[in-house]
This record gives sequence, C-alpha cells and structure tokens, in this order.
Amino acid sequence: MSAMAVPVRRRKGAGLGLVAWLAGILFFLPIAWMALTSFHSESDAATNPPSFTASLTLDGYREFFGTGGGASPWPALINSTVASLASTLFVLLLALPAAYALSIRPVRKWTDVLFFFLSTKMLPAVAGLLPIYLFAKNAGMLDNIWLLVILYTSMNLPIAVWMMQSFLAEVPVAVIEAARVDGARLPTILARVVAPIALPGIAATALICFIFSWNELLFARVLTGVVAETAPVFLTGFITSQGLFLAKVCAASLVISLPVLAAGFAAQDKLVQGLSLGAVK
Amino acid sequence: MTATTTAPLATPSVRTPRQPSARLRAWATRAPLLPALLFMIAVTQLPFVATLVISFFDWNALYPKARHFTGLDNYHQVLTDADLRHSVWTTVLLTVAVVLVSLVLGLALALLLDRRFRGRGVVRTLLIAPFLVVPVAAALLWKHVLYNPEYGLLNGLLHYVGGPQPDWISRTPLLAVEASLVWQWTPFMMLILLSGLQSRDQQQIEAARVDGANDWQVFRHLTLPHLRRYLELGALLGSIYIVQNFDAVFTITSGGLGTANLPYIVYQSFYQAHENGLASAAGVLVVIGSIIIATFALRVVSSLFREEVSRA
Repeated sequence: MSAMAVPVRRRKGAGLGLVAWLAGILFFLPIAWMALTSFHSESDAATNPPSFTASLTLDGYREFFGTGGGASPWPALINSTVASLASTLFVLLLALPAAYALSIRPVRKWTDVLFFFLSTKMLPAVAGLLPIYLFAKNAGMLDNIWLLVILYTSMNLPIAVWMMQSFLAEVPVAVIEAARVDGARLPTILARVVAPIALPGIAATALICFIFSWNELLFARVLTGVVAETAPVFLTGFITSQGLFLAKVCAASLVISLPVLAAGFAAQDKLVQGLSLGAVK
Repeated sequence: MTATTTAPLATPSVRTPRQPSARLRAWATRAPLLPALLFMIAVTQLPFVATLVISFFDWNALYPKARHFTGLDNYHQVLTDADLRHSVWTTVLLTVAVVLVSLVLGLALALLLDRRFRGRGVVRTLLIAPFLVVPVAAALLWKHVLYNPEYGLLNGLLHYVGGPQPDWISRTPLLAVEASLVWQWTPFMMLILLSGLQSRDQQQIEAARVDGANDWQVFRHLTLPHLRRYLELGALLGSIYIVQNFDAVFTITSGGLGTANLPYIVYQSFYQAHENGLASAAGVLVVIGSIIIATFALRVVSSLFREEVSRA
C-alpha cells in the first residue's frame, strides 16, 4: 500500500462505513418500530401519521399475557419450550455418537452417510405431512407435544450431524492417538481431549436446533389443537385484525421472538456454518 | 444405501481366528451411527413412501369408504387444475424473486461489512436481527404494522411527503409477501457471502494491487470468481428453504389474492378440503421440484466439502 493511497482510501472507507450504518438501521427499523409500538397504547399505536413520541405504557404486554381478558399465551410458550428443549436434547443424543462415527473413528464410506443425512433435509416437510397426520390420528397422538418433539428431532438431526461432524473433525487425530497410547480409555479421551475442543461447536449446534424448533409452524399448525399449541400457532390467532390491537400484536411478536434473538446472537459466529449445513466455515 | 459387502472375502476353510473380531469391530465402529440413521429413515423416508402411495388413490377423508386406486388421475388433475397450475407458477415466481433480490442485497451488504469501519460489529448485529425474528411474527409485523393502509408505518411515512396511501397487500399481494421474505433472507445471504469474502487469499489481492489493479478489477477478476460457489450455495439453500415457505403466505395473505404457493395448496387441500389423494400428488410434485434443486445443491456442497477435507 503506497503512502499516497492511504488517505484517499480511508476517506472512501468512511463514506462506505456510513452507507453500511444506514443499511443496518434501515433493516433494523421495522424491529425498532415494533418494539416502540409495543409500548404504546392501542390508540397511539394506530395513528397516521405515526406517533413517535407518544407516552409509553405496558398495556400491550398486559393484554398479551392475558390479564386483559384474552387467552393466556403461557400454555403455548410452555409447549414451545418443551418441544424445543426436548427435541434439541434428543438431537444431541443421536447426533453426537453419529458424528463421532463420521469423524474421529469414521466408518467406511462415511461421506456417503453424511450426504444421506443432508439429502433428507432437502425433502420438503410438506411432502410427509399427510401420512404423519394419518399416523398420529390412528395412534391417538394428535394434539400431543411429544409428536412435535419427534418431528423436530428429525427436522434438526441432519443439520446437527453435519455441524458436529465438522466440529469433531477439528480434533487432531494425533492427540487422540497419543492419549490412547498412554493408556487412556474412551470415556477419558472423550472427556479430556474431545470435549474441550468441540464444546463451543456443540453449544452452537444446540442453539441453532433450538431456533428451528421454536420457529416451526406448519407441523404445529396441522398436528396440534388446544392442548399442544405452540407459540407460532398462538401468533396465527392475530392474522385477522381484531379492531385496535397493534400494540398487543407487537408485544406478542417481540416476546415470542426474544428466545430466538437471544439464541441467535449467542450462536452468531457459528450461525452461517449451521445454516449452510456445515458447507461454509 | 451403502452396504458393507466389500469386506475382504475369505473362504471358511482359511478363516483366521482374527476375522470374527474384525467384523465385530466393524460393527462397533458402525454402532454409534445406527440410532441416528434408523431414526431418520423411519421419520423422513417412510412417510414419503406413504405419500407416494396415497397420491395414486382417489381419497377424500370425509368419504373414506369411496377410496379407490386411480393411477395418475390426481397428477392429471393437479397439472390441469387452473388454481393448482397457478400455484406452481406462484411458487417459482416467489422463490426466484426472493432468492435473487436477497442475494444481490446480501452481496452488497457483505461487501460493505467486509471493510473496516467504526461500529462494524454493531451494524452486523443490526443486519442479522431480521433473520432472528420468528417467521410468523415477522409476517405479522409486515402485515399489520407496516402494510396496514390506515395506520401502517409505510403509509405513515408516505403521509409526511404527501405521497399516496395504497393498500399494499390487496394491490400487490405477491410483492408484499416477497418483500417481507427478502427482509428476512437478505441477512442469511449476507452471512454466507461474508464468510466467502473473508476466506479470500489476501496475499493474492495485495499482489494484484501492487501490480496496479483497481477496486473494480480486483472485484471482477478475483473476488467474484472466488465468490461464485458461495453465491451458488446461497441461491440453492435459499431456494430449498423458500420453495417450502408456508409461514409468510399463510400469515400475510392466507393464500388469497393469487399468492397460494404449492406448500399452501398441499396444506389447504388436505386440511380444509380433506382431499388426501390430491394433496399427496401436489406434495410429490413439490418433492420433484426440490430434488431438481437439491441435486445441484448437493453438488455445490460436496465440492466445497471436498475442498475443506483436502485442506484439513
């Protein structure tokens, strides 16, 4: 880089930095507006032109949590929590040994197996919906949260296998061999050698599986009713307008998105790897 | 599936005592894999086979006794029904528009974020946020809070400049759905392309600059070829997710105003019309479309994957 070029490029860099800031603010604006509206009263939320400086209130949140008389969202929130946490746990239990058999002590033709997992992800969920519905109906499992747990496990397992395979492959084989030569047994090797290197990746995998389960609508909408309804299904109750309800909609959308926003920001660095099924690091 | 038949074959008479233990060991290696594999086959492959079978039957759930085999009739009906044909077209239009626009925007944002500037981390976080709103919530946000003709933010802002007050959803329904999806998917594209940009060979770029290449030449001849496969990957993964989109169509327009895509039609024909056979045939068509995209996607993923493995 020549000395002359530096100031020119720096000035241009500052200009483009400003553009980046503007783009970031523009993309975030709907969320910021949603947050502001959720703290407005219903009459202030529904004005044109918009009331940017209206006084703030928690009424929208009170309405959403049902203290204003509507249906309580707590059963749906609890169902979503159960479905997301339980399916993530099952995914980890199934994916960890599988990833081990695909990376540290690979089976023969392990790439074929890996690609089989990936190909199941490309089968649209909607294609299996009807047989699953008929099965659930006959087995008496309609409107049962554990049916969703099974389906969400299958939905996330391929992603988890791919991600964990790539994280476990980062553990150097030489270190494992050295530990084995020193007489360490498998549990010791897993706990002392593999875990410390792979743990951040495993945590990110879990967060991403949690997000996908929490977001899912199609299966939950078709297979649950009043008992096992999840948070996204609860949100579909707001599809048709109900008079002045903007603040309530915003409060509901924000509260239900909070776990995803938190998990997503926590897993930010590994988010791409998970979403691209491990293809991009 | 890959069988295990290529193990060294030995005649029983010369079998060494080590062999059973070798086979045992092969199974011990395989054992950790089996629960996950069997689970996936049971939960994802079997239902699809069932869908395929049902698609050959005339079967309305309200008249279960009238169920009978009809061969390809359901497919004929799906492909000749005007509504269903329209939904195929809508699916293509929705997917292509959302993927292309979010890819171009994502590329622009990734290039902006690839430079050093004050607060880069904050801007990155602001840009990722739309992707981390629950899809139904995002669709509700666009439907009620932004698009509403009377008190939505879009018309509110137009009010300041004395602009028109259109009813966005009924005027341009498909565009309304697409815009909300572009908002959510641009961050996804940006993240993939950003990691592509950051895996460039910096020495090569410096060398080109020393040789007098300007920004555009570096972008055109070094960055873009390097990004090609990341662009492909983003396009294909985006297509796979958006072809299957249900949440936005269901929430913003409830499949009305000509925005019903194939997943919505599948949902509607069995959930509301109870036409099991028709729904299955439409489902099989979605799968065929996905397989065409997926074949390309798998090729791209596998080439990136091989590169990673050989680099390791």
